[in-house]
Amino acid sequence: MEVKATGSQSRHLPNRLGIKGWAWAGRYTIERYLYTLHRLTGLGLLLYITLHLAMNGFRLGGVESWEDLMSVFGMSGFKVGEYLVAVAFIFHALNGGRLMLQHLGYTLGKPKPPVYPYVDSMRRRRPIVWVMLALIVALAIYVLVAFVI
Amino acid sequence: MQELTLKVQRYLPGKDKKSYIQEFTIPLRQGMTVLDGLIYIKENMDNTLSFRSSCRMGICGSCGMLINNFPMLACHTPVEELGTDRIEVRSLPNFPIIRDLVADLDSLFEKHKSIKPYVVSSDTEEAEEPTAEFLQSGQELEGYVQFAYCVKCGLCMAACPTVATDALFLGPQPLGQAYRYCTDRRDAGVEERFHQADSRHGVWLCHLAGACSEACPKGVDPALAIQLLKRAMIFDSLRLRKKKKPASIAQPLAESRPKIAVPEFTVK
Repeated sequence: MEVKATGSQSRHLPNRLGIKGWAWAGRYTIERYLYTLHRLTGLGLLLYITLHLAMNGFRLGGVESWEDLMSVFGMSGFKVGEYLVAVAFIFHALNGGRLMLQHLGYTLGKPKPPVYPYVDSMRRRRPIVWVMLALIVALAIYVLVAFVI
Repeated sequence: MQELTLKVQRYLPGKDKKSYIQEFTIPLRQGMTVLDGLIYIKENMDNTLSFRSSCRMGICGSCGMLINNFPMLACHTPVEELGTDRIEVRSLPNFPIIRDLVADLDSLFEKHKSIKPYVVSSDTEEAEEPTAEFLQSGQELEGYVQFAYCVKCGLCMAACPTVATDALFLGPQPLGQAYRYCTDRRDAGVEERFHQADSRHGVWLCHLAGACSEACPKGVDPALAIQLLKRAMIFDSLRLRKKKKPASIAQPLAESRPKIAVPEFTVK
């Protein structure tokens, strides 16, 4: 599909944003940043699961090595880390739910003839995003109060 | 007199190894667009400045550029709307730079062509020797007319974070147009377009950042078209998609009535 650089095209300056294009979002609105955050939380959760499985391997070393490890995890720094994992999970789950619905074209509305000033389907249905974010904040506060403090 | 500083990306193939920013300070007029500013520079300060433009009224889609970190049509962007007297203008990202602000849009047009952006007729005889129009209702037209306003400016492709990392990803413009033709009742090319969109670099790589719809200067909303295309493809694979009835051909016009004779002049 890609047009190969030949002749004069080989003198063209490449200008693809690459990975920077995921993180750098210019002057876009909330959904574009949720896209970045969804990837970040996904990668964070993947890292957590990998570490979690690796740490569970300490069980093989007997009770003593396991309890030594657990005493390290009891430190306040790790508690903050665990809380961040829980918040990342809440965000990833709820935003993932929104994305699954919208990927199937639900909650986005029907096509409309464009009338200036144009309002796209994402902006028309922005309240869904605000409700989702409010839910995430409420659940994050609940987890903080119930399990951390 | 108020002044405007335009920071313009420059690149001369064969001479420059990488692009650089050149500053121009120009007089600011009321109602001035970014394109007006660039034309002022070309006419009065540096005639080597290269950019693409044509209609100057947001119809041709030639002057897509990255203006203050957002893909926009330069002719459609009044300086006042940006709320600053320092504007940075760069070539559209995700497309190679030919020279200065001129992006190479070949990849966009190749991808666009690949989804067959035209009505594929099942009635080849009628398509080759048309006898009348294919009929469609106003409701059917409303299902796709929004997507038919695309001017192929490439702003959505410049805004898309997936195009930024995957050069082979079809992207919002071609996929949006694939849906536009798939919903058209006169069209019989749905299977071919679904096959093209259902590839490794096709519709499933869209993760709904919504940036394409936000950047679109014509209100086309490619993000909506892509999600509706996904739904249609999933329903199709589950055999739940309603098959379109082929559009019928308009009946021949009723016999025309004889023209009413022009009355005689009352004043001679």
